[in-house]
Amino acid sequence: MADVGLQHISKRFGQNLALDDVSFEIKDGEFFVLLGPTGAGKTTTLRIIAGLERQDQGVVTIDDEPADHLPPAERDVAFVFQQYSLYPTMTVYDNLAFPLRSPLRRIPEAEIKQRVEETAEKLRISHLLQRKTAHLSGGEMQRVSIGRAIVRHPRIFLMDEPLSNLDAKLREALRIELSHLQKTQGSTTLFVTHDQTEALTMADRIAVLDQGRIVQIGSPYDIYDRPATTFVAQMVGSPKINLLPAARENGNLHITDSPITLPADASVELPAALVVGVRPEDVVIEDSGQFSGQVMLIEPLGMETVIYLKSGGQTLVSTTPGITRLRIGNEARFSIARQRIHYFGSDGVRI
Amino acid sequence: MPKVEHQGRARAVKTVRVTLAIALCIIYLIPVLWMLSTAFKPREAIVAVPPKITFNPTMEGFVSLFTKRSTLTRMQMEQYQQRTDLSWWDKVALERGLAIIGPSQYVDRVKNSLIIAGISTIAAVTLGLLSAYAFSRFRVRAQADWLFFILSTRMLPPVVVTIPIFLMYRQLGLFDTHIGLILLYTAFNLSLSVWLLKGFVDEIPREYEEAALVDGYSRWQAFRKIVLPQSVTGIAATAVFSLIFAWNEYAFALMLTSDRARTAPPSIPSVVGTAGREWAATAAGSLLFLIPVVIVAFAVRKYLLRGITFGAIRQ
Repeated sequence: MADVGLQHISKRFGQNLALDDVSFEIKDGEFFVLLGPTGAGKTTTLRIIAGLERQDQGVVTIDDEPADHLPPAERDVAFVFQQYSLYPTMTVYDNLAFPLRSPLRRIPEAEIKQRVEETAEKLRISHLLQRKTAHLSGGEMQRVSIGRAIVRHPRIFLMDEPLSNLDAKLREALRIELSHLQKTQGSTTLFVTHDQTEALTMADRIAVLDQGRIVQIGSPYDIYDRPATTFVAQMVGSPKINLLPAARENGNLHITDSPITLPADASVELPAALVVGVRPEDVVIEDSGQFSGQVMLIEPLGMETVIYLKSGGQTLVSTTPGITRLRIGNEARFSIARQRIHYFGSDGVRI
Repeated sequence: MPKVEHQGRARAVKTVRVTLAIALCIIYLIPVLWMLSTAFKPREAIVAVPPKITFNPTMEGFVSLFTKRSTLTRMQMEQYQQRTDLSWWDKVALERGLAIIGPSQYVDRVKNSLIIAGISTIAAVTLGLLSAYAFSRFRVRAQADWLFFILSTRMLPPVVVTIPIFLMYRQLGLFDTHIGLILLYTAFNLSLSVWLLKGFVDEIPREYEEAALVDGYSRWQAFRKIVLPQSVTGIAATAVFSLIFAWNEYAFALMLTSDRARTAPPSIPSVVGTAGREWAATAAGSLLFLIPVVIVAFAVRKYLLRGITFGAIRQ
């Protein structure tokens, strides 16, 4: 296993700036997640590390040595693709053996057999070894392609949204399996996803990417509790954070277009116009609540219920544990957990 | 009731379709059937008016196709008839007062055809696949212009360039050589081959090769192990089209060869016997000439059908 470093990586496709001065470091054995919406440059970053794409500027280091001159084959990284990653004309066994049979490695066939079987057992696909890959289900296919990555003990795992083509149940199951595998093997992993749940649940650290730029790097707690921008705040958390435009006046914050007024936090210096961010779980529905709003919509999810409240011209999203007795159209009283409010400037940057 | 009616209509449509298909088949096959019957007809039956449908089949046509013969005098004929070591083809010739004095050039012509069509097909498909791969996978400068240029070589009718090519070939010593025709046919087929194969290679997801590249294989190894087996369909379809062109080509073969490298198509019509046109021999030659292409097309028919409809239907 190894660590990976990216220093000031930039990449252009024609007129389109795909990556803009991207730098980060992945430590040995770390599960590092690149989170961002479609087109943010996540896959490009991965492909540059693998050597499938060449950066215009910057340096990629593996184990503190520049890797830019190495072809993909010699970087000793494993790549798990979103789809299409299995060779359709081969059996599962041959797919798993394929990386080991590379002329670079010269592993005797007996050892290949042993390693393939070991890997298959680890991923519980031993019964599929003689099958053609075309006849596998989505989950089985992705298991095999993860197997093909771990079978040769590479220095780094690069995973490009490996779970996004699976249905919800399977995704959850494989997510847990993958986390477990990564922890037991201690493998350095760079995992790309647009799914905030995957990022929060699996990552040791997360880098949030937006339009080719890194917006924030931190632990899942940092990202969730101290989002650097409104973009990050909206990217993580489900349902989404409430972002309310507000004005500061006489030590109070007036939420625009709404009767809600909060005392301004004295410990930070707030500008006259700002955006207030409140997580749905911090909009607490209680009879002693300071504010009131009309229930617009109720989404019961079982362990919690999502309630949309209208207060003046603003709609707030609240989550409340269990099942609510509120009905659409009711007036509900709620309060806002003041110590957990996020403040952003009108440019979207955290204050 | 409506269900029965629906079934009845479906059956009627099917009947019409099958009838049409059979009618078309017959129209297309009549020349081939006529050729087949002519090849086995005795001389009198071929020129008979009105044409004869029934006749006593004879191998005369095939014998004159494959042999050189000379006319026998009455005395020689009597000598010949005494002999017991005559093979069946000698006897066929003897009935018309002829003796076989050696093999004809037809066999050599067919051999030339096989060599030239075979090698040019392999060359066109190999070069076509490599450049199709390059166009499909790499960022080629002015790619659209190159592709148009390649296609444009097909836009001029080949006949237009026969004279310049003839003059060039004479200068370069390529006249009447195998390599000359191979080069020419390869060049002609290459545009079709590049375009056709590019379509196929485009359909193979890049991720397959990229996975192989990351798994420790070079670009060339990934091409051989992943792209090649995936493009069998395209290769088969392209090969058949190239082969048919090179195999059937007549005008250039006539212009650019005289003897050593002459292929079968220009030589078949010139099978002229001692007694004027040998229609049976011509028909026999054409018939035999058809067989290799039919065999190849039949062997790869599974790929061919998929190949032609490929890309039209998405998975």
